[in-house]
Amino acid sequence: MTPLISYIIHLADNALILGHRNSEWTGHGPILEQDIALSNIALDLIGQSRNLYQLAASRINVFSSRKESGAQEQHMLSGEKKLFTEDDIAYLRDSPEFKNAVLLEQTNGDWAKTILRQFYFSHFQLLQYGGLLNSREPMLAAIGEKSIKETRYHAKWSSEWICRLGDATTESHERMLNALNDLNPWVPELFAAADYEKSVTASGEGVDPATLYKPWLEEVNKILETATLLPYPAEKKAPVLSGKNGFHSEHLGYILTELQFLQRAYPGCEW
Amino acid sequence: MEKNSAPAGWPLWEVFIRTRQGLDHKHAGSLHAADAKMALENARDVYTRRNEGISIWVVESRHIHASSPEEAGEFFDPANDKIYRYPGFYQLPEELKNI
Repeated sequence: MTPLISYIIHLADNALILGHRNSEWTGHGPILEQDIALSNIALDLIGQSRNLYQLAASRINVFSSRKESGAQEQHMLSGEKKLFTEDDIAYLRDSPEFKNAVLLEQTNGDWAKTILRQFYFSHFQLLQYGGLLNSREPMLAAIGEKSIKETRYHAKWSSEWICRLGDATTESHERMLNALNDLNPWVPELFAAADYEKSVTASGEGVDPATLYKPWLEEVNKILETATLLPYPAEKKAPVLSGKNGFHSEHLGYILTELQFLQRAYPGCEW
Repeated sequence: MEKNSAPAGWPLWEVFIRTRQGLDHKHAGSLHAADAKMALENARDVYTRRNEGISIWVVESRHIHASSPEEAGEFFDPANDKIYRYPGFYQLPEELKNI
């Protein structure tokens, strides 16, 4: 698998896993209007992941047909010879093959934790898609352009919630502090480039996440300050786990069990 | 108007949407929100998911003053027999083709 394919799958996994986590709120939101708001965001993210998986699948197919033996990529499909689709990538990989950041697979917790996870990631994704607009891979630039509008809204929506919760009641403030405690340790991974990210940065196809740290920190801390919350600590920390490289927390396995159940139980099932 | 409260205690808002071709904002429905900013976002999420609009107005329901059903008689009935208020009531001169 080329670094570019790994990178595209990494971007797609980020969107799919957070989209799936958000979709767990559907029917359980604190109020109907916000239930729909978060479900919309879930759908946006899953839509983004589909575009990226489709792109990855087309690149895998080209890549496999170029290779002489062409067998190495076939493990996802249990050796069967057929063209890859987006579904194969989403539904037929196990957790060590998933490349999403560990932050995104964390449990939803309460509304504060879900909002904070969205807030951190949307501001990151906004910068990442912004960088992809200049990608030398035209399909990535196009997906970035389509997705950035959605992400801008996600960032706005979650930022407003951060301010509301941080600066409302003692209870909501307390819950935000707990969320910061829970999620801050998972943030450094976003900015620690995996090898494939370094390769695609060098080739001008991808974005080096380390360069996004400063603008991200500035934006996020501006909003946390408005919300009367503690700023995100500026000193750079090492990631606890590297989901980007397939090392995940225990939560991802449970997500995949549910997300992949239908395809695992009824292979090739369509609806 | 009765102050309809959500579980969160948020006030009710009326939503008006202008469609792509529409010239005016039409009443789309109502929703709950903590303030105007959230009401606009909720309206976007609840009422424009399928490309229904390009502009949204929201107004807190309590600011809308409605005519009361008991007064419907004196409000509306007198207009019943004023047929001369319709343009079709008037006979146009022969020379006038279009109006």
